[in-house]
Amino acid sequence: MQHIWIVLGVLFVLLNIAAGLIWLERRMLAMWQDRLGPNRAGPLGILIVLADTLKLFFKEDWIPPFADKWVFITAPAIVVASVLMSFVIIPFSPSIIVSDLNVGILFFLAMSSLGVYSIVLGGWASNNKYSLLGALRGASQMIAYEVFMGLSLMGIVMLTGSFKLSDIVNAQKDVWFVFKQPVALVIFFIAGVAETHRLPFDIPEAESELIAGFHSEYSGMKFGMFFIGEYLGVTLISAMTATMFFGGWLGPAFLPPWAWFFIKTFAFILFFILLRASLPRPRYDQLMETGWKVLLPLVLLNLMVTGAIALWIRG
Amino acid sequence: MGTAQILFWSLTALALISAIMVLVSKNPVYSVLWLIVVFFAISGHYILLNAQFLAIVNLIVYAGAIMVLFLFVIMLMNLNTETEPQKSIWMKFFGVVAGGLLLSFFISFVISSADLKGKSAQLKEGEIGLIKTLGKALFNDYVIPFEIASILFLSAMVGAVVIGKKD
Repeated sequence: MQHIWIVLGVLFVLLNIAAGLIWLERRMLAMWQDRLGPNRAGPLGILIVLADTLKLFFKEDWIPPFADKWVFITAPAIVVASVLMSFVIIPFSPSIIVSDLNVGILFFLAMSSLGVYSIVLGGWASNNKYSLLGALRGASQMIAYEVFMGLSLMGIVMLTGSFKLSDIVNAQKDVWFVFKQPVALVIFFIAGVAETHRLPFDIPEAESELIAGFHSEYSGMKFGMFFIGEYLGVTLISAMTATMFFGGWLGPAFLPPWAWFFIKTFAFILFFILLRASLPRPRYDQLMETGWKVLLPLVLLNLMVTGAIALWIRG
Repeated sequence: MGTAQILFWSLTALALISAIMVLVSKNPVYSVLWLIVVFFAISGHYILLNAQFLAIVNLIVYAGAIMVLFLFVIMLMNLNTETEPQKSIWMKFFGVVAGGLLLSFFISFVISSADLKGKSAQLKEGEIGLIKTLGKALFNDYVIPFEIASILFLSAMVGAVVIGKKD
């Protein structure tokens, strides 16, 4: 019974965070760019969340007649489902975790690699050249950055000797992994931004070149699904960064463990928004070149050095 | 019939039906999508056999990477029913004969094997599919074949780059 409550609670909290991020992101962007942002509905404009979601629900849910109907409908569902599945392994506190799998990190990587289907299929099913271009870009970008994301976490797996996320958090009781694996943190975060295709790496949707990229043809709640999927992805990468590199729920005892977890996660969500507010978008070939020619050698070097040091310490 | 049995049979049905759908779909993109469903069903079987590592790696490698590349290529080729080359009737005939022979070979193998009789799921039994045992087996007993396979992959990659280069 307790298990069901945890699942429902996690789902409730996540969906509310994703909706709340609509407001948070727009307010923070406005602050950093010296604008006002939404400030009409409710105190500090917080009812913009309600207005935006109501607007999405009441919009006509249009399926273009030239689109491939079933694939068009499935694509937005895949992104939300795959991101929500990833949260299964996130330990919010020692007791609040849906399932502490012994292949935890691999499960996270598998689910995040499935997210690419929503972009590819959504772009293909729209039957529109801009969507297809966005889909092709998205596929190559996400396949490439998935590799670095996986490899950057393997240093931590070597040091901990486990794929379980609770073991990884417990291994950070003395020193957070950010101090042992700083290179991995940078690469993981860059890959995370690319995987969630957020600015500055929102090349699959690049509105100045491709209208809205892979979701040009989507409207109403189907577009809303891509939207929610993106915010859930931001939350997921922030939560993973907090868990893997910043000790997850660990922290001084005056706050409960889950509070520490949420504080750390929100710090990274804010960093995501700051990136969006401040950085320009690279060109598509620059993104791929940086990935394969800089990040891949770096992450392999990091892995080799970590392995050598781990062997040397153990004797 | 326990939960494991129900899961086993529904996964089996799912795998077989989607495998047939891979073959009969007219649109090649649909074939790829059904093939992804097959991989999911097979991953489910791996989990029933207590091989979590194999299940997840099957998802990461096949469903997550290789099938995306398949989709990528098929979308670029822009195949549709009008441009699809028609195969001759003889090709279809011999295809059915060869496939049927292979199928009957496998069925006879499964029927004659005493080990496989009446077994479906082995929850919490056997440890070969867990990361620790698999890693130890790969890097102790099978280290030379493992390294040779990795060199094979590396040379295949280098070969692809050489062929793909213009001059």
